[in-house]
Amino acid sequence: MSTANGLREVAVVSSAQIQKRVIEDQSEPEFVTPLINEARDAVGFTQADIGFTCSGSSDFVAGQAFSFVMTIDGVGPVPPISESHVEMDGAWALYEAWIKIQTGAADTALVYSYSKSSPGSLRDVLATQLDPYYQAPLWPDAFAIGGLQARALLDAGRISEADMAEAAATAQTNAVDNPHAVRSGATTAEALLATDYVADPLRRHDLPAGADGGIAVVLAAGDHARQAVERPAWIRGLDHRIDSHQIGARDLTQAPSVALAAEKVGLGADKVDHAELHGAFSFQQLLLEQTLGLDPASTTINPGGGALVGNTMMAAGLMRIADAAAAVRSGRADRAVAHATSGPCMQQNLLCVLEGD
Amino acid sequence: MSADVAPEVSVPDVIAGVEPVQSVRTPIRLDYTYVPGRSLTAYLKAMKDKRILGGVCPETGQVAVPPRGVSPLAGKVTEELVEVADHGHIMSFCVTHIPLPGREDLKPPFVAAWVRPEGASIGFIGLITGIEPDECRIGMRVRAVWKPDEELEESAENIPSWEPTGEPDVPENEVRV
Repeated sequence: MSTANGLREVAVVSSAQIQKRVIEDQSEPEFVTPLINEARDAVGFTQADIGFTCSGSSDFVAGQAFSFVMTIDGVGPVPPISESHVEMDGAWALYEAWIKIQTGAADTALVYSYSKSSPGSLRDVLATQLDPYYQAPLWPDAFAIGGLQARALLDAGRISEADMAEAAATAQTNAVDNPHAVRSGATTAEALLATDYVADPLRRHDLPAGADGGIAVVLAAGDHARQAVERPAWIRGLDHRIDSHQIGARDLTQAPSVALAAEKVGLGADKVDHAELHGAFSFQQLLLEQTLGLDPASTTINPGGGALVGNTMMAAGLMRIADAAAAVRSGRADRAVAHATSGPCMQQNLLCVLEGD
Repeated sequence: MSADVAPEVSVPDVIAGVEPVQSVRTPIRLDYTYVPGRSLTAYLKAMKDKRILGGVCPETGQVAVPPRGVSPLAGKVTEELVEVADHGHIMSFCVTHIPLPGREDLKPPFVAAWVRPEGASIGFIGLITGIEPDECRIGMRVRAVWKPDEELEESAENIPSWEPTGEPDVPENEVRV
């Protein structure tokens, strides 16, 4: 069955995730494999029921060459499967899987992403995603790059340090009952503002809460989704846009690719009950809320704390989609939006609108 | 403007005539603490005791050496580890006639083989020593040459090579099953 715009109806029907400050003793395949099984089992699927498999990861994060190949063992790729991989957050793997289903080449898909950043220094590893001639050789660390954007936003009067602390305090307080949070506990903006700078103008609470983890989700089209779950979370809008790779060529106080993606998915056409935003830094959370025009009075925003309380590299964006979809499936939301980002200073942005019947 | 620079690029006078840059070196170094995972950790620890562990597929019972933590046949974590023998047979081999950079100790021609230890369902790679390369053959029985006990570490390098046992070959119809 296709929708009015000619697209196939595709839903997120299940998910399973793990996120910890450090996953001590397990290799990536060892902790991702149970997630893949859990997500498929939840809807009674085996790999034979999956038309396309797509994953997102980066060998640079754990310093493990070919980890993405080793993890495919966990899917059970025997007999041979149709499979792909992106070196991006799993939200983009989901996008590829959604396209595959749109082409008619598959009716169902397994999407997973993961990383283990604890074996290395992620803030240094991330320098390798910068322009390799002018920026990466200087090894700017990820906190410093974030600090550039925060300073620009503060200087422009778009936000204040108190706003940033308020966003962080809200996230940490929301995360108290979130088993996947790695930075949680009821607190106040006043208490957070009293702490020292880590990378001026950023304090600890403004920084991404680094974590090891993974997420697996199952997509299904039309009746496949209806048979799998009582209330599928239909993907009614999916778009990703990109800003310049040159940080110096961008106005860091704006997020034009977020605004454009929001326009393309028709975010403003109807109410938004629930939003899952991948703002890994406190100021990015604020920039996202402002750019998307979300009002906390009418939209539940990151009820589990979002990426500010647990930011598994390569997986935090797909986790946002999974959490938004879970809110729709449970009936807590009729219309939800999930955001994923990748690249320095939110260079690439993906928005996914999910709706129940 | 230097004649060496493409004409559409304007160059400030201050660097006019400067030799064009042909290449840049941007070294990358990142340090990690390697975490092998549960199965490989057990495998490496056992290696120190001159034992070879394999991972058992929970659905087919097949034993993979080294254990990688997950069975691709089942798509499940391999919880069970078993010890396999430190002897087995050659499933296939290759004679290399050119030197391997960084391994000056390996004098060509040398033999790399796919060795299947008894009790394992698949082979793993090893060097064959103690025999002329032209006498090496599929089905030949070999045993692990372990490093001296005082040099044993938690490392696969504890088995520098395998050498023939002199026993009769594995029958041809059993070489790959």
